[in-house]
Amino acid sequence: MSTYSLSDGLASGAPRLSRAPWLASWIRESGAGILASMAWIAFGLSCLWWEDVGDWSRTHSLGIAAFVIAAIALFGTVGADYLGSAGRALRQRAPWLVVLGVVLTLWEVATAKFAWLPLPFFPPPQSIIEVYTDDLPKLLDSVFASVKLQLGGYLIGATVGFLTGVSIGWSRAVGYWVHPVLRFIGPLPATAWLPIAFFTFPSSWSASTFLIALAAGFPVTVLTWSGVASVSNAYYDVARTLGAKPSFLVLKVAIPAALPHVFVGLFMGLGSSFAVLVVAEMIGVKAGLGWYLQWAQGWAAYANMYAALIVMSLLCSGAITLLFSIRDRLLVWQKGTVKW
Amino acid sequence: MVAATALTEIDAHPAAGAALDIEQVSHAFDIDGADLPVLSDVSISVEPGEFVALLGPSGCGKSTLLRLVAGLDKPKSGTLREDEARITRPHPSRVVVFQDPTLFPWRTVWDNVALGLEAQGILKSQRHRVDAALDLVGLSSFRNAYPHQLSGGMAQRVALARALVNDPKILILDEPLGKLDSLTRITMQAELVSLWQRKGFTTLLVTHDAEEALVLANRVIVFSDRPARVKADIRVDRPYPRHRGDPYLADLRRQILGLLGLDATW
Ligand SMILES: Nc1ncnc2c1ncn2[C@@H]1O[C@H](COP(=O)(O)OP(=O)(O)O)[C@@H](O)[C@H]1O
Ligand SMILES: [Mg+2]
Repeated sequence: MSTYSLSDGLASGAPRLSRAPWLASWIRESGAGILASMAWIAFGLSCLWWEDVGDWSRTHSLGIAAFVIAAIALFGTVGADYLGSAGRALRQRAPWLVVLGVVLTLWEVATAKFAWLPLPFFPPPQSIIEVYTDDLPKLLDSVFASVKLQLGGYLIGATVGFLTGVSIGWSRAVGYWVHPVLRFIGPLPATAWLPIAFFTFPSSWSASTFLIALAAGFPVTVLTWSGVASVSNAYYDVARTLGAKPSFLVLKVAIPAALPHVFVGLFMGLGSSFAVLVVAEMIGVKAGLGWYLQWAQGWAAYANMYAALIVMSLLCSGAITLLFSIRDRLLVWQKGTVKW
Repeated sequence: MVAATALTEIDAHPAAGAALDIEQVSHAFDIDGADLPVLSDVSISVEPGEFVALLGPSGCGKSTLLRLVAGLDKPKSGTLREDEARITRPHPSRVVVFQDPTLFPWRTVWDNVALGLEAQGILKSQRHRVDAALDLVGLSSFRNAYPHQLSGGMAQRVALARALVNDPKILILDEPLGKLDSLTRITMQAELVSLWQRKGFTTLLVTHDAEEALVLANRVIVFSDRPARVKADIRVDRPYPRHRGDPYLADLRRQILGLLGLDATW
């Protein structure tokens, strides 16, 4: 289905296909998969055909892996009808597999084989694979440290921000005292606190946690507050005539009604806390992916930097995806179509 | 439309109507420092179980009066009493159905109807009342739907069920059928009358439709322009179900429209 552009082009360009409709539909369904398989075979061949210009140990394995992927793409798409949802998913992603195979081939040829791109700065794919296999313990330690720091800081920031936002939105007295502080401190980038925080906090870890919490907390506070403040009075009137006490009005009216806003704040806070995390790790904390990047740069280990960047990007996008799925679950009522 | 089992369930918690006394109530709003009088010395005494319709020009202060009866606002002067007790705050014995259904979009139909019992902390033992109220308005099969999946008429029924589940002594209706198409409207009018007859709650209905008032109520109160004063208090002594073509009602309707400033050529 997602191969429409490709196979439509094929079908209209070749009138004889109309005489064999089964062939046309077969190409429409499997054409992209076959192309993907060819692209990955090309990548495998590009690994094995020429000698490497440098000394990399994973070239051979990478070539073999490319052929395995090519085989999976071929049999997976041609035989998708027997593979259920996995087959459908593969067919849907086949065009992306084509692009990926082509890009990897070009990358391989341009770096490891002919060194068209200057070498230490543009490492070939096999050297990045080498990082994942040979430097795995250090990388995993870094991932673990980053996740721990980020998770702790973000959860603290989101919780405090949410509670502050609800209190400001609900109570005039709290608003009177907190609002000016929020206006004064909130817009300041949390990274500006870095030098001071590393002196004043007992450990660099607690300083970074504080800064991440600060970065996440500000947008969550502001958006929770505006969410609570914008709840229509009609909801409160209904609840009050039905016998609701103030605690019910906060917990069962104000907060659920404000939740869509809260999630906007949570997304914004997640983004800005990632930035603080990386900077804090680079400057103060001697652990985590940011520190790994810094360390790799010190050794001019460019492959390690790319490897760490890829992991970092997967983690960040995974965190966003997780937040999205939590939101979709909590806000089913908001969507046009309800799924359960 | 009404399930018999549902009725007996709800009738297990009988709620007869309460008397309502509105005594010399005046109210005003403050708009940009200027005083905007809205109610002027309004006195109405409603017997337990009466069905009173309030008619008046738009903007004269009918909704304001209902908010005072509900206890959502306090009058500038005068008192309101429910069965001799002064009304100072909202209470689930007086439930309002607003013109907009104002269902909580994050709650399913069932959870919306359960709102009152949950707020009063008695939902756990009284879940059957929610089911019964949903049966009563014929929406049991939509219990798990969200408000955005309902039509306007269905949403208004849910709002009605949400009010009735509390067994109110006074049901306060602020143009609840105003936005419905005429067919749904007529059906719901009939349901309202039969509910009221069976349950015996006191009903206060604001409407802008003289015919609706005459088909439903046994007393019609006509207000003047803002600030609202009671202009006429008309008994409608006709048995139910009433017929729209009834010449007695047509005569009253002409009278009322005259009071509202419309020519008697109607
Ligand atoms: N909360 C408020 N603040 C200021 N003015 C109000 C408020 N509520 C209603 N009013 C004014 O009071 C008058 C009567 O309103 P309302 O009772 O809603 O009339 P209606 O008879 O149409 O229901 C209107 O002029 C309206 O503008
Ligand atoms: Mg009104």
